[in-house]
Amino acid sequence: MELSQEKLLEMYKKMVTVREFEQSLSEAVASGTLPGFVHLGIGQEAVHVGVAYALRATDWVTSTHRDHGMLIARGADIKRCRAEIFGKADGYCKGKGGSMHLAAFDKNAPGCNGILGPSQTINNGIALALKRRGEGDIAVVLFGDGAAHRGEFHEALNLASCWKLPSLAICVNNQYAISVCFDDACSIDDIAARASGYGMPGLVVDGNDVMAVYEAVTETVKSIREGKGPALLELKTRRYKGHFEGDPQSYKTPEEIAEEMKHDPIPIFAKQLLEQEITTEEDLNAIEEEVQKELQEAIEFTDQSPYPSLEEIYTDLTYEERRAV
Amino acid sequence: MREITYAEAIREALRQEMKLDDKVFVFGEDVGAFGGCFGVTAGLYDEFGPDRVMDTPISEAAILGTALGAALMGMRPVPEIMFIDFMTVCMDYLTNQAPKTRYMCGGQVQKLPMVVRAPSGGWIRAAGQHSQSLEGWFTQVPGLKVVMPATPHDAKGLLTASLRDNNPILFIEHKVLYNEAGPVPEEEYVIPLGQAEVKKEGTDITLISYSFMLNKALSVAEQLAGQGISAEVVDLRTLNPLDHDTIAQSVQKTHKAVVVQEAVEMGGVAGQVVKSLMDSSFDYLDAPIKTVAAANTVIPFSPPLEDAMLPSEEKIVAAVNEIAG
Repeated sequence: MELSQEKLLEMYKKMVTVREFEQSLSEAVASGTLPGFVHLGIGQEAVHVGVAYALRATDWVTSTHRDHGMLIARGADIKRCRAEIFGKADGYCKGKGGSMHLAAFDKNAPGCNGILGPSQTINNGIALALKRRGEGDIAVVLFGDGAAHRGEFHEALNLASCWKLPSLAICVNNQYAISVCFDDACSIDDIAARASGYGMPGLVVDGNDVMAVYEAVTETVKSIREGKGPALLELKTRRYKGHFEGDPQSYKTPEEIAEEMKHDPIPIFAKQLLEQEITTEEDLNAIEEEVQKELQEAIEFTDQSPYPSLEEIYTDLTYEERRAV
Repeated sequence: MREITYAEAIREALRQEMKLDDKVFVFGEDVGAFGGCFGVTAGLYDEFGPDRVMDTPISEAAILGTALGAALMGMRPVPEIMFIDFMTVCMDYLTNQAPKTRYMCGGQVQKLPMVVRAPSGGWIRAAGQHSQSLEGWFTQVPGLKVVMPATPHDAKGLLTASLRDNNPILFIEHKVLYNEAGPVPEEEYVIPLGQAEVKKEGTDITLISYSFMLNKALSVAEQLAGQGISAEVVDLRTLNPLDHDTIAQSVQKTHKAVVVQEAVEMGGVAGQVVKSLMDSSFDYLDAPIKTVAAANTVIPFSPPLEDAMLPSEEKIVAAVNEIAG
């Protein structure tokens, strides 16, 4: 592994942070303290962390309604993320976006989108602006296998390719669009195979192996930064929770779930780190304790944050008019 | 003063703002060297080159998504949707996306300057998918300004204001008006959004309208003068925000009103204007407010049928006569 020990352990910590952060949301939904639709990405942490660590801070990342993890991996403050998800005033979006619309512009992360598809075309606009700036930054969009079947997938990739935009489309294929399995919704094995139809490289990667994700994104991004045009990556993964919290996943067999659990990205990464003698069990345990402490702080921060004032219903709707030229 | 057409006035506003601000760029289907389906962008490609005037594939969702992403990054995109009827295939961007961006991220975005241009309206013998007036839909989206000029002078001033505004704006042009000429100053000027204008003063009745229907209202006002009825004609110019004060002042003076729109009557702007007047001016009214609109049916191709279903001067006169006595 070419990354430093420090970086690798940071990645491990981020994966554990995402997992524990979302696990605590799951518990809050179950206990009735968290309202609304909550879509968790537990099981997909290698995707978020692998992608985030292969990018520059000046790149942009747009993601799906299941991407708390992407923002956290990108460095967003978990206190403000949690406060947002609970609709509190100190949340990233002052509580007006919630779980499905979490956004951290301080991390160049316009964040989650409640509608499947538009983030792919919006990413083109971000990429166009970055191309004009000419600083080698790129725009990355993550979307699910479900959103790969929206017309916007086609419109976005075709235009990105025509205009040679510095954009990377990442399909996070967790095999289920709510209850419909990938094989019932798609007549080919890999979304990445569609890349050839747009004259761009397409690559399938094991989305549960954080180092495989990191390396694939790093390699692909290099060519995009060189101006060779956009690319499509498909990260194959699984979500361990239902589409939304409360979904009993009746569409999966117990055998399938048991098989999924064998490929948990966090133990996989821990094993790699231990086998290559990058760290010790004790260090990993210490990281996990540290995460629990930080999570506890985020929970307290959220509990203490007030709900937004009623005036917030009407604020942030329009922008200041531009002064005359 | 020099006279130019409505299309030329729009082009002049685009050209002048593109010269003043290199962030402004125009793109859409056939807007490049071809100059746009209605010739509005003719010559801009030669003047500003392929980075500022860009043709796109037939991908309306990608056009508006790209505009949103670029606006998010500080550019000032001016996408053209060839017919407003085509907005149905990219509606998400002007309903769920652009107008909600700032609100849903709690004000993290400081501006989202995108001006979507699209022509609407009938009388071009193009039947039900190329002739509609859909502005009413868009006025139901908080966060989206809707502008609909009726004269070359207003088209230039309102477009200049729109291009200097920091909000997402839908700028609706009218196909029949493109070739209508009128006096337009050569220098840049701004007509503030949200201000209606009294286009003709009168004392007996107020005709309230916008876009191409203004021409019909003005023509009817002339006819009424022959009957000894002094009609005041108000042009709304901006539909959202709606100028409640100007219409109230006029109706409180004349005590009667007819509201004319080209769109079908159901759920339209005229109904909203009536509501506004009921709130502001009920005690001043001497008669029920009448509305004139297209019949609640599909716009047929056959010219005599189209003419019969759209609002006509005869229908406006008939509405006036119902309450003028």
